[in-house]
Amino acid sequence: MLSRTADHLFWMARYIERAENTARMLDANLQAVMLPQSTESIAGSWRALLGISELEPQYLASNAEFTPAAILEFMVWDEGNSSSIVSCLRAARENARAVRGTLTAEVWETLNATWLELRSRPGTSLRDRRPAELFEWVRFRSHQSRGVMFGTMLKDEAFHFARIGTFIERADNTARILDVKFFEHATANAAGVQGLDETHDDRLQREFYHWAAVLRSLSAFEIYRKVYKDIVTPARVAELLMLRADMPRSLLASMNEVALNLEAVRKDSAMETERRAGLLRTELHYGRIDDILVQGLHAYLSGFLARVNDLAERISRDYLVPLTPHAV
Amino acid sequence: MATSATQNPRHSPLAPVQAAGETYDEMYEATDIYRSVRGHYKTLGNWLRAQSAQVMEGKREEADLLFRRVGITFAVSGDDSGTERLIPFDVIPRIIPAAEWRQLEAGLRQRVTALNRFIHDIYHDKEIIRAGIVPAEQIYCNEQYRPEMDGIEVPGGVYAHIAGIDVVRAGAGDFFVLEDNLRVPSGVSYMLENRKMMMRLFPDLFALHRIAPVAHYPDRLLENLRAVAPHAMHEPTVVLLTPGMYNSAYFEHTFLAEQMGIELVEGQDLFVEDETVFMRTTRGPRRVDVIYRRLDDDFLDPLAFRADSTLGVPGLLSAYRAGRVTLANAIGTGVADDKSIYPYVPDMVRFYLGEEAILKNVPTWMCRQPQDLQYVLDHLPDLVVKETHGAGGYGMLIGPRSTRAQVAAFRDRLMGNPAGYIAQPTLALSACPTYVESGIAPRHIDLRPFVLSGRDVGMVPGGLTRVALREGSLVVNSSQGGGTKDTWILEDS
Repeated sequence: MLSRTADHLFWMARYIERAENTARMLDANLQAVMLPQSTESIAGSWRALLGISELEPQYLASNAEFTPAAILEFMVWDEGNSSSIVSCLRAARENARAVRGTLTAEVWETLNATWLELRSRPGTSLRDRRPAELFEWVRFRSHQSRGVMFGTMLKDEAFHFARIGTFIERADNTARILDVKFFEHATANAAGVQGLDETHDDRLQREFYHWAAVLRSLSAFEIYRKVYKDIVTPARVAELLMLRADMPRSLLASMNEVALNLEAVRKDSAMETERRAGLLRTELHYGRIDDILVQGLHAYLSGFLARVNDLAERISRDYLVPLTPHAV
Repeated sequence: MATSATQNPRHSPLAPVQAAGETYDEMYEATDIYRSVRGHYKTLGNWLRAQSAQVMEGKREEADLLFRRVGITFAVSGDDSGTERLIPFDVIPRIIPAAEWRQLEAGLRQRVTALNRFIHDIYHDKEIIRAGIVPAEQIYCNEQYRPEMDGIEVPGGVYAHIAGIDVVRAGAGDFFVLEDNLRVPSGVSYMLENRKMMMRLFPDLFALHRIAPVAHYPDRLLENLRAVAPHAMHEPTVVLLTPGMYNSAYFEHTFLAEQMGIELVEGQDLFVEDETVFMRTTRGPRRVDVIYRRLDDDFLDPLAFRADSTLGVPGLLSAYRAGRVTLANAIGTGVADDKSIYPYVPDMVRFYLGEEAILKNVPTWMCRQPQDLQYVLDHLPDLVVKETHGAGGYGMLIGPRSTRAQVAAFRDRLMGNPAGYIAQPTLALSACPTYVESGIAPRHIDLRPFVLSGRDVGMVPGGLTRVALREGSLVVNSSQGGGTKDTWILEDS
């Protein structure tokens, strides 16, 4: 298929996934701040959201301080912010529009309807709903987009490149969420240790809600209970979201899909890309959480993000935006 | 009125073909006392009378909804907001009896054959110029003449692979060719979608009539495109080149590529190496043999034509001249569909085919000729004046429908550049019953059949019928508020 077509499909899928993950992160934060905690830690967790997407400088260019309302506005409705939900859904729709002929009518209509609904109907608009409702809507539109692709598209290259887009983005987003949440957790613990008034019970309670929110944001809370049948501990949260192949939003599950779909579009000149994807996937597959925690979670996740990024660039060069012999 | 209609149309004055007002109605035959439904409309007329207003209203809403949902829209040119609009669709079909169509078809085939011969001739031996039939300056001073094409052989000698010939019915019902579109004619997707819509809305009508099918158009088109591949290739790769999603006809480009199962490419998807065109695919470069381009000559190759074009492919012309790729339509066809060349088409038919033209031209005054100009200036309020390079219903004067001030303003423009204009009598285009706000009323229509040339010259029966929805309006262009209708060629039962 045309490289440009594959590129549009890849990005269409990435933007849908990104919108969903942004909605999930914002939702988790909304849940978390309803718990009793210090104002500094509330502000900190909102600010951390911007950190996940590396958006602090851009946010500060138009906002003086970190308020929940302003951050929500920036992450949901700001069209100047290319990572906002509105920008992601627009980009997904524009990418789909450019390759309408390759998509099934249902895929196009789903993305088009999502965009139109987000933009239209003043008065009854999504803007007037509670944020939690909006986030749920975004999540379900994303489920629907993925489902309609899976359910109606021919399983050819077009499908595979869209799937690669979905799971590259998901691997990236899950890793970022984990990185930030573990950092927050470490900061809070350090503060707790210094603080005189935190009892052991307080601490357990705080940790529970922190991790429960993370799990919920990734639709993993019930899964955690089912898998571990035990209390929530950071190490297990990390294991579940990184190393379990049966957890749909984990790093391993995402990399499995990337590797599988890359294999389906295999070609000789892209073997190195396939090898790297396979290596990353295998390391997760045979990895142990204890070893990773000894190495340092932040170091591990930073390395992982760099490798996913490298993979995305290689896929782009090999398949999506190839350089021409003379047009270098 | 009946002054000198027998005179050579290029040497005025001419009588108008018919005074505006006496409109030929496609459905009704007027007699002295009452009007009766024409034979080929009888079944439809009876059926229409049996339908309730609510049912028809419902069907029209359904059509609107379906078109919008599928996204059969066009972008309005000159409108930067990227607005997508629906072309209004009218549910009352335009019917042409098979016998009339056979005549039309023969005329179209003859005309397009002659036009292709003409283009070949002016880029090769120039016999028609040497014979003194078409003046040399009319060719060489024409902006659409491409010296790059001189002496270049194209497969099968075909230049206009896809021709949209605009035909109107006027006067007592005679067909006239209004315009030949030989560059990148559009609209065929509406012809196909209108038929699909009618079959969906009114299956019973198709049981009552024997309507010639049109759905095989993409097949015929693909077959033609493959037939003109360079050097008899076995499995030529055909692509459709679009200017991109912001082009007003982008829907049609997507539609046709999908229907033919070929890649829809943009300029950035192609590159030229060793005078060969390749497209960038996920499996690596792939050779392209035939390009059905929906991009004007000017934008095709920034190295050869407009250097600022980002839509084209650098080096495309060199590959084309080397015979390594076929462009459909060929470069330089515009020289034959220019309004200043149009008056010569009947002469071309005579010159190349030794036949009389089956289809009539509309009498045309060429304002570059002093006596024609004088006549036009004297009769401006009665005439239609068009720019020789104009298209889309822009930049024209319809004398009888213009205010005195508009006519005066146009007179100044005309006198400033007489060679840039031609004039024609104001034709009373035929009218067809059409749904409008006040109910069913006659509205003026035209017809654009799409003539395909490859191994042979042919077409699917019918074409796109456009209708001027405003009362009394003679402009059917979609950019000017025109709509479309399904066109039925009724086979003899």
